[in-house]
Amino acid sequence: MTRFSLVIITVFTSVWLSCGEVEHDTISHHKVVIQNTGSDTMVNLAQAWAEAYAEIEPTVSVEVSGGGSGTGIAALINGTVDIANCSRKIEPDELEKARQNTGKEPIEFIVAYDALAIYVHKDNPLEELTIGQLADIYGEHGKITRWSQLSVTLPKGAHDKIILVSRQSNSGTYHYFREAVLGHTGDFRLGTLDLHGSKDVVELISRTPGAIGYSGMGYVTPNVKILKIARQLGDTAYAPSIENTMSRRYPIARPLFMYTLGTPNEAVKKYLDWILSPQGQQVVIDNGFVPLKIYSKDDSTKSINH
Amino acid sequence: MAIRRHFEPIIEFVIERIIWMCGISAILFIFGIFFFVFREGASFLFHGFDPIEFFTSPEWYPTSQTNVRYGALALIAGTASVTLLAMIIAVPFGLGAAIFISEFCSPRFKESLKIIIELLAAIPSVVWGFIGLTVMNPLIIKLFHAPIGLTVLNGGIILALMSVPIIVSIGEDALKAVPDYYREAGIALGATRWQLIYRVLLPAAKNGLLAAALLGVGRAVGETMAVLMATGHSVRIPTSLLDSVRTLTATIAAELGEAPVHSEHYQMLFIIGILLFSITFMVNLTADLIIKGIRNR
Repeated sequence: MTRFSLVIITVFTSVWLSCGEVEHDTISHHKVVIQNTGSDTMVNLAQAWAEAYAEIEPTVSVEVSGGGSGTGIAALINGTVDIANCSRKIEPDELEKARQNTGKEPIEFIVAYDALAIYVHKDNPLEELTIGQLADIYGEHGKITRWSQLSVTLPKGAHDKIILVSRQSNSGTYHYFREAVLGHTGDFRLGTLDLHGSKDVVELISRTPGAIGYSGMGYVTPNVKILKIARQLGDTAYAPSIENTMSRRYPIARPLFMYTLGTPNEAVKKYLDWILSPQGQQVVIDNGFVPLKIYSKDDSTKSINH
Repeated sequence: MAIRRHFEPIIEFVIERIIWMCGISAILFIFGIFFFVFREGASFLFHGFDPIEFFTSPEWYPTSQTNVRYGALALIAGTASVTLLAMIIAVPFGLGAAIFISEFCSPRFKESLKIIIELLAAIPSVVWGFIGLTVMNPLIIKLFHAPIGLTVLNGGIILALMSVPIIVSIGEDALKAVPDYYREAGIALGATRWQLIYRVLLPAAKNGLLAAALLGVGRAVGETMAVLMATGHSVRIPTSLLDSVRTLTATIAAELGEAPVHSEHYQMLFIIGILLFSITFMVNLTADLIIKGIRNR
């Protein structure tokens, strides 16, 4: 009796196991995996794209990870990703390295725009700044180190010192902010807090009354305030919104890129086409970024002139 | 049987060699690591490295577009300040705990206390960093009216908690190594418990206790993740406990991933590695020599 049941169990188990294997085989055979790494600013957006795309195209799985634009480009140079996300333009020496290392030409896609928002704590009474003031706050030889120099008095006896929140130096956001605010030759002041993610910046500012920082406008929470920015003293200051970015009135906005090595294969190309389609661009809006075009109902399109 | 007898010396020899290899592998690893770290930084160390700038300038601008500067003074000051504060807190606490465990505890309580202290050592450093970031940061802002809580104070307290277990377990071993007849003689002479500890045990165990403190220093200097999160990661020479700083270790952790391989910046980070390695090597060597001093007496 026991021997008999043992045989039965063995047979059933082996049949079940082999069935499992067959099923597994067929699934892995059809599933195409797209590796997508890079910019920390874009990681939420890239994840949202990947999730939305999984519903439309269940046979394709997009695996997204962050780490910074530099990390994405490094992976592209090593040939270990299909798509590298980058919140700055690829640099000439990186382009050269990618060509040398892989023998393929990196191809650039602009997939969305991002307005870099300037965040302060929600209790900070400050409403707007100019680019010049920002340079004075962040720049190496800048003159503004205290809130009182901007005629700002923080509530509840918070400390007058301005706490500068910045990003680690491989971040595309760090590079872009330096370029846009401090100029080609500018450097950050010593003593900035160099954090490791877009979200961390907003998180720290929400807990620190005297802090100021920069991060993507999609990362806003109820505990922080976004400042309006003017190009120079006397100009009107604008908030980072979709309209103000598309009309180029908001001064600190940049394109977001995706890079592939050589002509993308069919699955990657289809994915990129979908990202640029009205559906993909709706995901951009939903995540607080700025789309390439606004698709209205009557299908007349407004496009951004960059 | 004859075959077995024939092979036995060979098997014996092979096994002996294997065990010998295991024994010296640690030495090979340490030299291997030193060689690797040194090799990565060497070409810049001998061509273009400016030791005067490195040790006297606080200006750390490795990715500047026009004016690259590699001054590590602020980073060294960051590591030194956090380590010093950690030791000011951890050494009295750790040695006090070691004395309590070794001299005052009942054996059962002693065992459970030791287990709990070892558990403290098992908490991953990223968890300590997380506590620094989310619990200590708002607390320090509130208590000291500081502009920010990610400071030397925060990092120092976190590091102190992390090095206490090492100081306790090595300090306790040192006290245990004091022969019982020292205690018996002291009590026979009518010493109180306090006098016994202060006049007899501490002098007798002083080398071991010093070694315990030094190993705690080694731990604090080398710690990375917790200080990266708790000190604010900000290049400056601290003038008070409520300033943010950046340590040598945190700089390597944050920047190595991004620095292009074999670039100046990359090699500079390895030179910082050489500096760190030298510091911890000296500290551990001193501790070892002191411990050896006890055994030889």
